[in-house]
Amino acid sequence: MCGIVGLFLKDPSLEPKLGAMLADMLVTMTDRGPDSAGIAIYSGARDGIGKITVQSAQPEADFRNLDEDLKNAIGTPVLLLIKSTHAVLEVPLDQLEAARTALAHLRPAVKIMSVGDSIEIFKEVGLPKDVAARFDIARMKGTHGIGHTRMATESAVTTMGAHPFSTGSDQCLVHNGSLSNHNSVRRTLKKAGMTFETENDTEVAAAFLSHKMEDGAGLGQAMEATLTDLDGFFTFVVGTKNGFGVVRDPIACKPAVMAETDQYVAFGSEYRALVDLPGIEDARVWEPEPATVYFWER
Amino acid sequence: MPSFDLGAHGLRALNSNLHALKGQTNETQWDIVNPRGSHAIAVGVDAPVDITVHGSTGYYCAGMNKQATVRVKGSAGPGVAENMMSGTVIVDGDASQYAGATGRGGLLVIKGNASSRCGISMKGIDIVVHGSIGHMSAFMAQSGNLVVLGDAGDALGDSLYEARLFVRGNVKSLGADCIEKEMRAEHLEILENLLRRGEADAKARPEEFRRYGSARKLYNFNIDNASAY
Repeated sequence: MCGIVGLFLKDPSLEPKLGAMLADMLVTMTDRGPDSAGIAIYSGARDGIGKITVQSAQPEADFRNLDEDLKNAIGTPVLLLIKSTHAVLEVPLDQLEAARTALAHLRPAVKIMSVGDSIEIFKEVGLPKDVAARFDIARMKGTHGIGHTRMATESAVTTMGAHPFSTGSDQCLVHNGSLSNHNSVRRTLKKAGMTFETENDTEVAAAFLSHKMEDGAGLGQAMEATLTDLDGFFTFVVGTKNGFGVVRDPIACKPAVMAETDQYVAFGSEYRALVDLPGIEDARVWEPEPATVYFWER
Repeated sequence: MPSFDLGAHGLRALNSNLHALKGQTNETQWDIVNPRGSHAIAVGVDAPVDITVHGSTGYYCAGMNKQATVRVKGSAGPGVAENMMSGTVIVDGDASQYAGATGRGGLLVIKGNASSRCGISMKGIDIVVHGSIGHMSAFMAQSGNLVVLGDAGDALGDSLYEARLFVRGNVKSLGADCIEKEMRAEHLEILENLLRRGEADAKARPEEFRRYGSARKLYNFNIDNASAY
């Protein structure tokens, strides 16, 4: 199974509530997958600031003095915000790559969850309510976000195997389903220079989209390409810095419901996830068609 | 007229109350409020009662229904009226995938659209869809009637047995062994009856439909097809 929720806000007055709305939606999907949960929040870009979200199995040791160590390595101030096993590092945007390289030397055991100027990803093994509480998701604000609760089929139940997967700047993808040709697609992408953290099929889908967009494709074009190049079952929900997309495979047995009002576009694996959204009674509610790309950009 | 707040009392209490109704009962009208997309609402009812669900439902609403009339004042999730035996299920909105799957009897009416696999493996149920249906509908359908006022998606009636399919709009493609067939007087009579019972007689006339059925070429093993297996 697996449960997916997503929210793309059109009305800025809802932005302070994004984390709370998304966390509530994700908790309703708990019985679709109790193994691990994760949320990507696009908290909005600030001029010249870049963000790296990192995760560690030994956060106390790894995050101690990380801001000072990183500052000394790249020569600019670094802001460190620790949230349980994750931490968000804020650095000048033009120092993002330098900071990333320095991190690999300073803290080799630390895993990078996301890099960009808006995205933050928090994911761990455990139930959605516990994961949301651990990272205080309910207090996060933002413009759009995606959540996932996992019932593992293709690879191990680990933090790195949890969704969302991020394989490009400000990009993320979550998946309900399983891909059958992920090994061959991974080999092709590796040859093209993409790197992988896991053996997970979903990471391949994320990297496939990142690679297409690196080559100049728009979000919609990259998503269209999944329909020809990826084999298997999938409902994907994708986030970019300014965009939010949904696509289902042609068989479309992995469930999906969408709702749109003047205030938001929302996605849920089931209608249950949407029932508490404001104005849902009068929203346009529909099931996305098979093999059809839907996306919104601001 | 019992009114049941599903949000307050929960699914198990609802369904055990409904299952306790046997034969003749004075509690013939049930109103279920706060369904909030819950699964398995009014599954396995076996009594001649009227149940109205005020809102949208999740998976398997009214599954295995016998005798009861269940009306959903909203949309229904996957597998509505799955394996229905008798009675009537009416969905005012849309239905998700495999509506009426494996149904053996009774009438399922969907006022909106139904998505993929509507009536898959149906075995005697009648289904009337006021809107359109998705791909792979009536796959391996064995008996009963599927009436669609709108369009049908890809691979309609693939590997069909003896179910009758009536579609008023376009059929995107027919599945293996499904062909268009002649509409005879007896079929117009079936349609007239189903459109009336399906609350669709004001929207469509029997003459506007085309009939599809099995070419009966897949019934027996054919050695010439061996290479295809």
